[in-house]
Amino acid sequence: MGIELKMPALSPTMEQGTLAKWLKAEGDTIEPGDIIAEIETDKATMEFEAIDEGVLSKIMIAEGTEDVAVGTIIAMITGEGEDASAPDPAPVATAEPAAVPEQAPKPVAEKPAPSAPAHDPEIPEGTSFTSTALREALRDGMAEEMRRDERVFVMGEEVAEYQGAYKVTQGLLDEFGPKRVIDTPITEYGFAGIGTGAAMGGLRPIVEFMTFNFAMQAIDHIINSAAKTNYMSGGQMRCPIVFRGPNGAASRVGAQHSQNYGPWYASVPGLIVIAPYDSADAKGLMKAAIRSEDPVVFLENELVYGRSFDVPDLDDHVLPIGKARIMREGSDVTIVSYSIGVGLALEAAEELAGEGIDAEVIDLRTLRPLDKQAVLTSLAKTNRLIVAEEGWPTCSIASEIQAICMEEGFDDLDAPVLRVCNEDVPLPYAANLEELALINAGSIVEAAKKVCYAD
Amino acid sequence: MRAANQRKNALAKQPSKTNAPAKQSKTKAKAVSTGDAAAPPDDSDFILRSLQTEFEEQKRFNATPEQMLKFYEQMLLIRRFEEKAGQLYGLGLIGGFCHLYIGQEAVAIGLQSALDNDRDSVITGYRDHGHMLAYGIDPKVIMAELTGREAGISKGKGGSMHMFSTEHKFYGGHGIVGAQVALGGGLALAHKYNEDGGLCLAYFGDGAANQGQVYETFNMAALWNLPIVFVVEDNQYAMGTASSRSSAETRFHRRGTAFRIPGMEVNGMDVLEVRAAAEVAFKHVREGKGPVLMELNTYRYRGHSMSDPAKYRTREEVQEQRDTHDPIERLKKTLIEGGKSEDDLKAVDKGIRKVVAEAADFAETSPEPEASELYTDVLVENY
Ligand SMILES: Cc1ncc(C[n+]2csc(CCOP(=O)(O)OP(=O)(O)O)c2C)c(N)n1
Ligand SMILES: [Mg+2]
Repeated sequence: MGIELKMPALSPTMEQGTLAKWLKAEGDTIEPGDIIAEIETDKATMEFEAIDEGVLSKIMIAEGTEDVAVGTIIAMITGEGEDASAPDPAPVATAEPAAVPEQAPKPVAEKPAPSAPAHDPEIPEGTSFTSTALREALRDGMAEEMRRDERVFVMGEEVAEYQGAYKVTQGLLDEFGPKRVIDTPITEYGFAGIGTGAAMGGLRPIVEFMTFNFAMQAIDHIINSAAKTNYMSGGQMRCPIVFRGPNGAASRVGAQHSQNYGPWYASVPGLIVIAPYDSADAKGLMKAAIRSEDPVVFLENELVYGRSFDVPDLDDHVLPIGKARIMREGSDVTIVSYSIGVGLALEAAEELAGEGIDAEVIDLRTLRPLDKQAVLTSLAKTNRLIVAEEGWPTCSIASEIQAICMEEGFDDLDAPVLRVCNEDVPLPYAANLEELALINAGSIVEAAKKVCYAD
Repeated sequence: MRAANQRKNALAKQPSKTNAPAKQSKTKAKAVSTGDAAAPPDDSDFILRSLQTEFEEQKRFNATPEQMLKFYEQMLLIRRFEEKAGQLYGLGLIGGFCHLYIGQEAVAIGLQSALDNDRDSVITGYRDHGHMLAYGIDPKVIMAELTGREAGISKGKGGSMHMFSTEHKFYGGHGIVGAQVALGGGLALAHKYNEDGGLCLAYFGDGAANQGQVYETFNMAALWNLPIVFVVEDNQYAMGTASSRSSAETRFHRRGTAFRIPGMEVNGMDVLEVRAAAEVAFKHVREGKGPVLMELNTYRYRGHSMSDPAKYRTREEVQEQRDTHDPIERLKKTLIEGGKSEDDLKAVDKGIRKVVAEAADFAETSPEPEASELYTDVLVENY
């Protein structure tokens, strides 16, 4: 008998990792607190620490093994006073993940993107594509603009030496050096102001917020200083700055770390607000944002950072700001969405197709200025529209789309426009409650059927 | 006044932090700034070093054997609890962010053991498990909050970063770096307003110490003479940033100078030293003399949260801290010198492991919140 050591999870999104190194050998005595192994994922390295004391009797997974599933037994410890020479426990096959304990919340998989979306008319026919993770597409967009324009620099918490809290700025310090990739203290109000002032002074700052939850410390500069100066100065004083970072709910991080600020910023004249879903749009719009003469709030999503999507192999892939994109053509109902909601909308559309409902999915991509025409054109075609938004329903982008449809598309409506959003509560921590609070594909399907009177 | 200045200079020259964790990167800043921050020589009530002076006269708290054993048990409970939490996280039973307090145990125990729990309040950031355990709050309800269960102290709705016990006047548990400092100022305002004789102990990190609202609060707390003890838990890193990379002045106890808040510099790896400093600071505040700023030098052994690239410091550095500064080992030594046997202390550990194992079982097996809980507690009243 002994104690089984299992492959630990470093984060709720982790399903597997590399057993990088054993720091103890078979036969070594282990004290609680001893570091026995190093585990790696694409995001981080973790030291695996002993909780129990005893002797490391058997190593089941050799160092250097990749893709070890969370929960796999990686070693055995023989407890205090037990016979270390007890027969070896039956070895466990490496590939076979041990059963996840029943109560364990299901890890959120970084899902593959649903089937290939409709072609983006902005990309020339015949262009080849490379599958790229969202975080890399964002980084590539920034790096290309930094090469192109000396005035562009990045600042924020942990963006340089740490390579970004979510690894979006990975490699930038190496290429551009500390003058252009600047680690700041944890002082959002201060560095958002410094960035804004630098933009007024002729530079092109990219200010990263570790997450947009922390930009609330800085929202005064984003709105009062950055968004309004051009107007107040009669067009003399510009503020070409990009405020970027992950936005919206992550996974189990609770109420203070899980909010969608899309509607907040989209209500402010003087700002551009961009919230892309896939890698191609993230890159193309990031480059456009950096080149814009106006202040841009660029909302990313942590849960999508690890997903890979096709990015066109173009030397200079810049997309127009303010243009929505048809992600899937359909004729029965329109699902309008943005950011992570687009993935859910595409999933819902697949499911609806199975039930004979042909849904059109529109990705707004830019929240301000909003591409009304794309929404209204689709509505004129399908006569039914719902909005899928990972965020609260009240005073949301969804409510805005409803207002637009009422004011300008009333004659095209065969059913009321419905909002499919998160529940109207602060996001709870408990796994079951969090799941209940967040939008999912099922609720989008339900709403689509409702407006099609298909129940 | 000359005398006062001479004393200050003499103190400045004293080798400080003999036992404190080494701050390699601070030496430069220290050399540059030693002897500065002096008062205008004609200002007779400039007393910024007076508390430090008093503290240095008796640097280790004269604990009774019972008190000492209690400190040991409490610190060990935090250590074992946090180790178990790390393990449950690895098993997927705890999600999101989970910040462990391992290495910093002496800070919460040394300070909170000196509180008057009938009157005083405490507030901190997201690294809050230890501060709750220091109150003697049942480890079961804390662990159940970490696993997001109905029996958790926030009904599973808050999680690791958001735990509160108003019963104990523990006000959380806050996820926004620096927010707890201003909130602590408000708690202190309430103590003063209600004339309840209480003080607020407001903890924040070396990284948080750079947030603007900290200084706004310092000013108001000093201006209004609020009963608050500001505690910088300087564990030398904010995520992957060493304090010398984020702070122009890394000797945080000096940062109250501009607001006339006296500072204290304390080895946060020695519970008896922390307690001795707490006695001095709390007395000052209780006498109505306004806020105190304490810098507690400590070290976090584990990653910032569970996911940590561990590339910003060497393994040797961490090992050196554990081997030579560990607060639990240090107290163990004192206890053994005082006549306790290894076996006595082993029995204590065994008892604590049992309590923690029970807490983990409870947290694993107790049910998730009812679905209806999703909509409760959003507002207090019905409209
Ligand atoms: C306003 C804000 N900015 C950034 C963060 C992300 N964040 C969480 S903890 C942390 C580091 C804080 O370090 P420190 O104050 O030294 O406390 P420690 O974690 O060392 O206890 C950061 C940057 C946050 N939670 N809130
Ligand atoms: Mg710190």
